[in-house]
Amino acid sequence: MDKLTKEDVHPKIIEALLGADSNITVEDALENEMILNMGPQHPATHGVLRLLLRLDGETILACVPELGYLHRGYEKMAENMTYYEFIPHTDRLDYLAPLSNNVAWVLAVEKLAGIEVPPRAQYIRMMICELSRIASHLVAIGALAMDVGALTVFLWTLREREKILDIWDILCGARFTNTYTRIGGVANDMQPEALAKVKWFIDQFDDNFSECEQLLNRNRIFIDRLEGVGIASGKDAIDLGLTGPTLRGSGVEYDLRRATPYLFYNEMDFKVITYPEGDCLARYFVRVDEARESAKIVRQILSKIPQGEVRANNPKKVLPNKVEVYSKMEELIQDFMIVNFGINPPVGEIYSAVENPKGELGFYIVSKGEGHPWKCKIRSPSFVNCQGLPHMIKGHMVSDVVAIVGSIDPVMGEADK
Amino acid sequence: MKIMEFKESLLQKIKDSLPKFEFTSSESIGELTFSINKKDIVMVCQLLKNDPDLSFNLCEDITAIDWARRTDRYTVVYHIFSMDNKFRLRLKCNVDEEDCSIDTVSSVWKTADWEERETYDMYGIKFNNHPDLRRMYMPEEFEYFPLRKDFPLMGIPGSLPLPKK
Amino acid sequence: MGLEAKLKQDGFFTTTIDALAAWSRKNSIWPMPMGISCCAIEMMAVGDPKFDIARFGSEVMRFTPRQCDLMIVAGTVTFKMAHVVKKIFDQMPEPKWVIAMGACTSSGGMYRSYNVVQGIDQFLPVDVYLAGCPPRPENLLNALIQIQEKIGKTRVRDYPDLTLEPQTSQQN
Repeated sequence: MDKLTKEDVHPKIIEALLGADSNITVEDALENEMILNMGPQHPATHGVLRLLLRLDGETILACVPELGYLHRGYEKMAENMTYYEFIPHTDRLDYLAPLSNNVAWVLAVEKLAGIEVPPRAQYIRMMICELSRIASHLVAIGALAMDVGALTVFLWTLREREKILDIWDILCGARFTNTYTRIGGVANDMQPEALAKVKWFIDQFDDNFSECEQLLNRNRIFIDRLEGVGIASGKDAIDLGLTGPTLRGSGVEYDLRRATPYLFYNEMDFKVITYPEGDCLARYFVRVDEARESAKIVRQILSKIPQGEVRANNPKKVLPNKVEVYSKMEELIQDFMIVNFGINPPVGEIYSAVENPKGELGFYIVSKGEGHPWKCKIRSPSFVNCQGLPHMIKGHMVSDVVAIVGSIDPVMGEADK
Repeated sequence: MKIMEFKESLLQKIKDSLPKFEFTSSESIGELTFSINKKDIVMVCQLLKNDPDLSFNLCEDITAIDWARRTDRYTVVYHIFSMDNKFRLRLKCNVDEEDCSIDTVSSVWKTADWEERETYDMYGIKFNNHPDLRRMYMPEEFEYFPLRKDFPLMGIPGSLPLPKK
Repeated sequence: MGLEAKLKQDGFFTTTIDALAAWSRKNSIWPMPMGISCCAIEMMAVGDPKFDIARFGSEVMRFTPRQCDLMIVAGTVTFKMAHVVKKIFDQMPEPKWVIAMGACTSSGGMYRSYNVVQGIDQFLPVDVYLAGCPPRPENLLNALIQIQEKIGKTRVRDYPDLTLEPQTSQQN
């Protein structure tokens, strides 16, 4: 076994690990502790998250996560490209629910520039947000079950997710990382085929999802592995800044769709799911119930969606239809100006947050009146949720680390930006 | 409206409890911003969090802006949220380039720990009394601060080593 | 297989053994999924019932490099991660192949920035490049078939005997 050397672990991290407070007492404490590296490449770390653990036997005394293995420089790139050019990049942030990130960015820019969006586009955006929430929670539940040992559930939830990806294939042309929203609306109207498929999916979703639940909800092994593991009390959770299902699993009823409503969520009827225990099992149940609530919301949207256009009519800021660009002079010039010089919102700044499946995704944009932002900060939920890991892991065994990371469900694409 | 009353009571409370220090407030696109002096930041944050009516208990985001000008080059920006009143507030402090440091608020909110480390990694602003100020994303041996305006987008060749083929 | 390694001519005996070895190698490739970011999700989708990769012989995706032949690098490789990828590639036993999945690994993709390696062929020998962001699962299966065709043309004699001297580890 190779010893960890200076190339592998920088001395500053070792200092932080050895110096971390540990109030854990073990009955038969060993004389020396072991440093275990749960490296960036690991089947269960949900991406490239590196965890350095200080162990006494199998009990964890301290844990130091190390991020940065997927740091792609989003914020620097955003300062060098226009607002439209950044939309495909937002797809790759939380790559399990790409449409949700698109909607978040576009809402922020529209608020900054003061663009009104037609209602049909808002309803379509709400529908795709909720479908992405279902897709993301399906992967989260499947991955958590797979990490704990139940491999079948993963294949079944992926089968359900493939149906959603088929819907997006028809709607946007891409299964995944579809850049469907545009500033001022969405790219194209929903085809009747896609709408019919959404209806069909929602009708059969409840039964198929119950099949997956039946394997897990009363499974002795699943419950024993997750109950009482990784507890974060409500007060600690708020102090650490956790949001999303991680926070709602600790009994705090905080959902951005209710606290600061955006799109048309204040007209929709849905419950905010909370469970008071604060352990991994509570977070799992929060995700399961939230997927069902999202299906309920989609059903309401399908009955309420109005007819109309899907993109605003704002010559200086919104791209016109491609058909008109190729045939009329006005629209051609409009397209040219917007693509090359950007939309030039007024001088100012905005912080706009939406409820992503993982938590609160916020964009802080500072504009100096130019076509590209002066500064763009991405407040990613997984980054802040990972901060709660050392707090939740202390005192548990090594095999619980996998369950806790799975229940927080971090996505490194957004944690590392 | 509830939000208007809350805003007024907020401004009143700040004026009453800390009459000696100066701050300016501005509002745009429905968001309230306070600009305060960087030496008062911990005091203000403690007041905002611990007061039972205000109770700004969620620290959403900490970041910095590089204005690329000679005086007051950086501005550290804090976004805090009050869950009971459903109100979001922005705090700004100017930091000079020569004395590139500010006090940490991680004693008030634990979220600030990693957020300030990320700001240090990207901009080089030091946070005094921070429990563990290391780099967040870039390797520890990296000498530059990527989000500063004088750092090129493609990086400095040779600053990050690649393994040999 | 030491006897065949010493025979240099293409006789009936050696070509039959070559064909047999190549056939068995190409129909039982065990991939090592180096899943880093979004392409990893499409790689997971290749494993699910709709685009079954098990019917191509890649029944298991072992996450330990010591048991794999094919490394599928799926996701953006940053400078920090490049050392990890190289270390894991070095741990794989010969013969081994590499698929660079997606635009990010082939050439840096849409990320022209300070922390992204503009193409993993700067430090890894790549056999098949896949285009797409992310490439569809059918595309990945196409790449697997191309690797299988490439393996089908190899001879056993292409892989030299490794000496059994103890190698000094770089770490010490």
